[in-house]
Amino acid sequence: MTALLDVFTYVAVGTGAFFFLAGTVGLLRFPDALTRLHALTKADNLGLGLVVFGLLPQVDGFANGLKLVVIWLLVMLSSADAGQLIARAERRARRRDD
Amino acid sequence: MTAFLLAAAGFVLAMVAAGLVRVLRGPGDADRLMAAQLLGSGGIAALLLGGAAIGDGSVVDVSLTLALLAAFASVAFVKFAPSGDSP
Amino acid sequence: MIELFYAAPALLILALGVYATFARDAFAACAGYLAYGLLLTVAWVQLGGVDVALTEAAIGGGLTGVLLVRACAKLPAKDSGLRADGAGAPIRWLAALAAIGVSTALAYAVLALPVPAATLAPEALANLAATGVGNPITAVLLAYRAMDTMLEAIVLLLALIGIWSLAPDRAWGGRPGPGYEADPHGILAFIARVLPPIGLVVGIYIFWVGADQPGGKFQGATIVAAMWLLTMMAGLTDAPPVSRRLLRLLLVSGPLVFVAIGAYGAFAAGAFLGYPEGLAKPLIIVIEIALMPSLALTLALMLAGAPQRSAAT
Repeated sequence: MTALLDVFTYVAVGTGAFFFLAGTVGLLRFPDALTRLHALTKADNLGLGLVVFGLLPQVDGFANGLKLVVIWLLVMLSSADAGQLIARAERRARRRDD
Repeated sequence: MTAFLLAAAGFVLAMVAAGLVRVLRGPGDADRLMAAQLLGSGGIAALLLGGAAIGDGSVVDVSLTLALLAAFASVAFVKFAPSGDSP
Repeated sequence: MIELFYAAPALLILALGVYATFARDAFAACAGYLAYGLLLTVAWVQLGGVDVALTEAAIGGGLTGVLLVRACAKLPAKDSGLRADGAGAPIRWLAALAAIGVSTALAYAVLALPVPAATLAPEALANLAATGVGNPITAVLLAYRAMDTMLEAIVLLLALIGIWSLAPDRAWGGRPGPGYEADPHGILAFIARVLPPIGLVVGIYIFWVGADQPGGKFQGATIVAAMWLLTMMAGLTDAPPVSRRLLRLLLVSGPLVFVAIGAYGAFAAGAFLGYPEGLAKPLIIVIEIALMPSLALTLALMLAGAPQRSAAT
């Protein structure tokens, strides 16, 4: 059972790290701010989410596991919100420049 | 397991650090803010991984605080950016 | 890869420090500073200072970054003629040399410490049971060196008074900051409704858990202050006028309770801020409960800024 949980951790954390890589590559290589924002939110949601899920079998106690999930939900909420705000500010800045 | 988690933490940190190049290059304020935000999420992930590797449960509280304050800082930065007005 | 986990923050902190110092654009420097604060948090965790990491995440990452960006927003635009040229080259060189000199002296002092560094940590840990708390940092802050914490709280109040004194005459005693307005159905208002209750719970949790684990009133108060500022920025609440009596009462109540307990200690235990036998933990709890709201209010008002609107609005 522990071996199965460990494999789950390896796979989940590994995939999460991959999404962080994808997010960084997107941030560096995508052509404009809005597409970069899209890449960024993938890293936030999927990357952190998979890392959190991967760590859930490793924590001791229900409270710690709950804290992990709360962190992930908080980051998703705030990154979605900040993403919207950044996108609107960017659109306004573009309209001003045209 | 410990070695793997620490390695994953190092990898995530290196990734978001590479994203910091965006802070340098810009070209807009939004890009710089996004790089800082990526660093925030990556920092939270790295701390969670590192804390789990060392077995110290209190590091999760640091990640929790970071999550809240990063949200606050992002909103404030967008609001007070020189190009943005209140949305 | 493991070495990366330890080496990356150190190198990045240096690089970000250089960037934030030399960046041309003030906002870019602020973003760099925010990233710098986040990385410092990771570094503190690696050094084993989880309490300091919490404080760095709260104050360095959040509050100071927002303070800087607000100041940056108040600077006149770069291409307007209003910006002075700043200090001339000789003064900058002098400042750089002074900073380098101080840093070198500090580095030398740290490196010249005897290898088992002289420290009181073992005695502090040995006497932990007498203070009643389990977290040695909290014991140092509120039992062994409670005087420092009390003076800190008073210094914060003095700083707040200094900020208030920057108000223009017509706004004296008025509400800090411009009145923020945001679409009540918009995204900003949404997050300002959803996040603060969660933040309040987390802040109180971190305050409470500080007795036996990393945490404490300072970090908890910072989180609560940040949440209140969020509602202010979204226009859901407004900053209170600084002349309001209840506000001022709440602000001073924390340090007053601290001083009162110190005086009681002078009576009952022979030294100012001494705790009588067995009463240490209850007194510490009373101090913390009194200080936390005052601290949260002080920090939030410091960030809200000097009054800009007259009290009548």
